[in-house]
Amino acid sequence: MGDLGEPRTARASIAVAGARGVTAAMLSDQPRKDVARNTIFASLLFLAVAAALAGLGFLIGDTLIEGAPRLNIELLTNGTSALPQNAGLRSAIIGTVWIISFVALFIVPLGVGAALFLEEYAATDSRLARLVEVNIQNLAAVPSIIYGLLGLAFIARAPLNLGFVVLTASITLALLVLPIVILVAREALRSVPPSIREGSLALGATQWQTIRRQVLPAAIPGIATGVILALSRAIGETAPLIPLGAATFVTFDPSGPFSGYTALPLQIFDWVKQPQPEFQVLAAAGIIVMLALLIAMNSFAIWLRNHYEQRW
Amino acid sequence: MSEVEAVTEEDSMSEADASAGERAQSADPSRDAPPSIAVRPAFRGDVGDLSRKEKVFELQDISVAYGGKPAVKDVSMEIYKKQVTALIGPSGCGKSTLIRTMNRMNDLVPSAAVTGKLLYHGEDLYGPTVDPVQVRKLIGMVFQKPNPFPKSIYENVAFGPKVLGRKGNLDEVVEGALRRAALWDEAKDRLDSNAFGMSGGQQQRLCIARCLAVEPDVILMDEPCSALDPISTGRIEDLMMELKEDFSIVIVTHNMQQAARVSDRTAFLMVELDGDEQDRWGRIIEYDATQKIFTNPTDPRTEDYVSGKVG
Repeated sequence: MGDLGEPRTARASIAVAGARGVTAAMLSDQPRKDVARNTIFASLLFLAVAAALAGLGFLIGDTLIEGAPRLNIELLTNGTSALPQNAGLRSAIIGTVWIISFVALFIVPLGVGAALFLEEYAATDSRLARLVEVNIQNLAAVPSIIYGLLGLAFIARAPLNLGFVVLTASITLALLVLPIVILVAREALRSVPPSIREGSLALGATQWQTIRRQVLPAAIPGIATGVILALSRAIGETAPLIPLGAATFVTFDPSGPFSGYTALPLQIFDWVKQPQPEFQVLAAAGIIVMLALLIAMNSFAIWLRNHYEQRW
Repeated sequence: MSEVEAVTEEDSMSEADASAGERAQSADPSRDAPPSIAVRPAFRGDVGDLSRKEKVFELQDISVAYGGKPAVKDVSMEIYKKQVTALIGPSGCGKSTLIRTMNRMNDLVPSAAVTGKLLYHGEDLYGPTVDPVQVRKLIGMVFQKPNPFPKSIYENVAFGPKVLGRKGNLDEVVEGALRRAALWDEAKDRLDSNAFGMSGGQQQRLCIARCLAVEPDVILMDEPCSALDPISTGRIEDLMMELKEDFSIVIVTHNMQQAARVSDRTAFLMVELDGDEQDRWGRIIEYDATQKIFTNPTDPRTEDYVSGKVG
């Protein structure tokens, strides 16, 4: 018993050989039809990825080649000019920096505050909370030109009547990206486990102390990631700025919240419209600058998330 | 000081080994009989003369419901000062719900409703002028899963005294709390490192230290050892024996041996179903001195449970 050596009789040998054959057949290759189907399906999926990447790669490559001649330091330091050889992005970059600084100033307190209220204070299963939730998600999908028209009607003109200035653009873009910040910040708050809140409350901390000293610090990496992504969206937006009077040709550098302005995407838009081929080269170079900026911001957001995100 | 600590350390190790051995025995096929539950005589406490004991909690017909569905019904019991009181019973019998009414943690569940009367040193804990935040300053809680804050060991312990605005030297408070939680020797050289780097047992003792740092009157423990190995469990049980000199402790446990080892009084809860089995709730079956519950219970259901016939 126990020792399984070679089978002792011929019948046993045949039976063992048969059993081994069956096992071998079960373990061997799949039927050809299955293999073929598998390969076809995998190839189709790969094609889908390849098509997307190829389109993007072609666009970037084409832009790089076209813009390369003007990709130099003068592009960043020269102001606006009617002469393509003298024109640069300085005014547009300064304008974008002003706009985005104020957008950040608005969306951080508003977005985090709204997220905190919805996540920590409002009863999450109440009808009101659900209504707000659905509306925020819808707002995030509203076309940006709508926000531009809203800004024109209510911010540039009465009741705020700010005129066509940096602050108008900032408020409008802040409204545009606020839903993104709220959604991401809520996600970050939700990822802080309830046991942390319970632990803090059980020590006699108030709800505000618990939020301020435990929940918020733990959620900050996620919130910061959302804010950066929202800002990079705001930087790239062109459409809402058009009705808001962003000048495409400014002879000055924007100097503050109540200054007239232009912004990176609008400057590029203006150059593309010009008939001279030199401006097309300039536009391509401008696109590369903006792409680099956005890639840098998004990479920073990803790094922030991976580096500081709390693992529970 | 260090010599004394060394002895307790060694002591707790041997204790832990013993409890580890006890668990190992139940896996031994030669022992078919249910594991006998030994009540350690030294820990029985003076349960004899209850009339002289000060009451910490008096529960009078306490019922708790979540969204209209009852979780616990008509619990009446008295919990005494500087004793360990254990709540045992099968899953879903409302032990955790019951312990969470004692520091108003159930208030955090919007659908929870508590009825009946819960007196804390004679004061109605659910009275209209009582602030649940103040309640939790006096009645601390240790949870099932260790839940240290994602901060340094020092910050974990200092958090309570800081937010409560306690006066005094914070370093001393932290050291005192860690010493009382038998964690100082392991933690003193790494106070600034993140609490998540500690073992599960150390994390749970840190949570106890965190609770001690605010000088509560009562410590509620909701299955504090269910996520821990036998050695860590033994250490926490030893700790409880020391802490009951100064605090009143209520512990929920699934582990009957643990209740027998650490508690002075034990309440046994069971699940009850209504006629059409739609609702189920917990009800207290028997509440008495631990020794009586485990050796000579009055109710046959208690006997079945503690002897391992059901549950």
